[in-house]
Amino acid sequence: MNTADQYLKTIYVVQEQEDGPASTGSIADALDVSPASANEMIGKLEERGLAEHEKYKGVRLTDDGIVRARDALQTYCIIERFLANVLGVEEFRAEARELEAVIDDTVAERLDTIIDRQPECPDCFDPETDACACLEVAMAPVESD
Amino acid sequence: MVAVSVSQRIGSDDQLARLLQIGIVLEEVVEARAHHHYRGVDAELDDEIEALLADAAEESADHRERLESLIAGLGVDSVPFDEIESLVDARYGRTKPEDFDGILYDQLCNEETAYKFYDDLIEAIEASDAAFSIDRERLLETLRTIREEEAEGVSEVTEVMERR
Repeated sequence: MNTADQYLKTIYVVQEQEDGPASTGSIADALDVSPASANEMIGKLEERGLAEHEKYKGVRLTDDGIVRARDALQTYCIIERFLANVLGVEEFRAEARELEAVIDDTVAERLDTIIDRQPECPDCFDPETDACACLEVAMAPVESD
Repeated sequence: MVAVSVSQRIGSDDQLARLLQIGIVLEEVVEARAHHHYRGVDAELDDEIEALLADAAEESADHRERLESLIAGLGVDSVPFDEIESLVDARYGRTKPEDFDGILYDQLCNEETAYKFYDDLIEAIEASDAAFSIDRERLLETLRTIREEEAEGVSEVTEVMERR
């Protein structure tokens, strides 16, 4: 997942949580970057027609931006679920965050053929826990149903 | 929401081992799906596709062994093939290709996905200044060779698809 997709995913989650535009500050906080870096990337997303920035209000994703953000969120859910259920990784949230930049969407799609993701994904994403809300952590490392 | 680091690079043995483990699983998925395609349409399968699938399964098994020898040096366990095979079994019905064109397309996706995975992994390792407990040159050399074979695989499948 590239940097732009990580931003889109974050903006989407923040705007859903706040039920309105996402402030640059909360985006920067969520991504642990400086507001200046966040502003720079938001500018790029605007140029690509993926986001709109309103002065004093914040950033809102365009319809195209929302589609890309939901794809990115789904990729993230696949990585988490794969780590938790196939590899039996206990710290799957932390590891998913570490690995998401190196795992491409096409790779995630292949991994998706062996996990049991819920049809409501990515709406199952819970920003509070930073994980899929349907993900059963206590599950055995390898499911074989 | 928990903070994430943007574009974080591979910084430790553990992270590297996890990525190599994912590579092994990808190879196992290719191998298991090739076997499935083979079994699913066995009576009608023509020689060309049969040979392509057999080669793909063999190559994946070989890549898997090479990745396993790398992660053994990092002190991490591999993922047993039979476990992945049972997962592919469980989900195959939902994702199986419909016909020969679908089988070739699935095979193309396999090769392209593997290529993309190794390409990203090599790039991330090259961009990292972390000291791994296995030799960096051996690691990169192994991954570059595998990446090259995946690129050849993409060409082979594309050629068959164009001809048919």
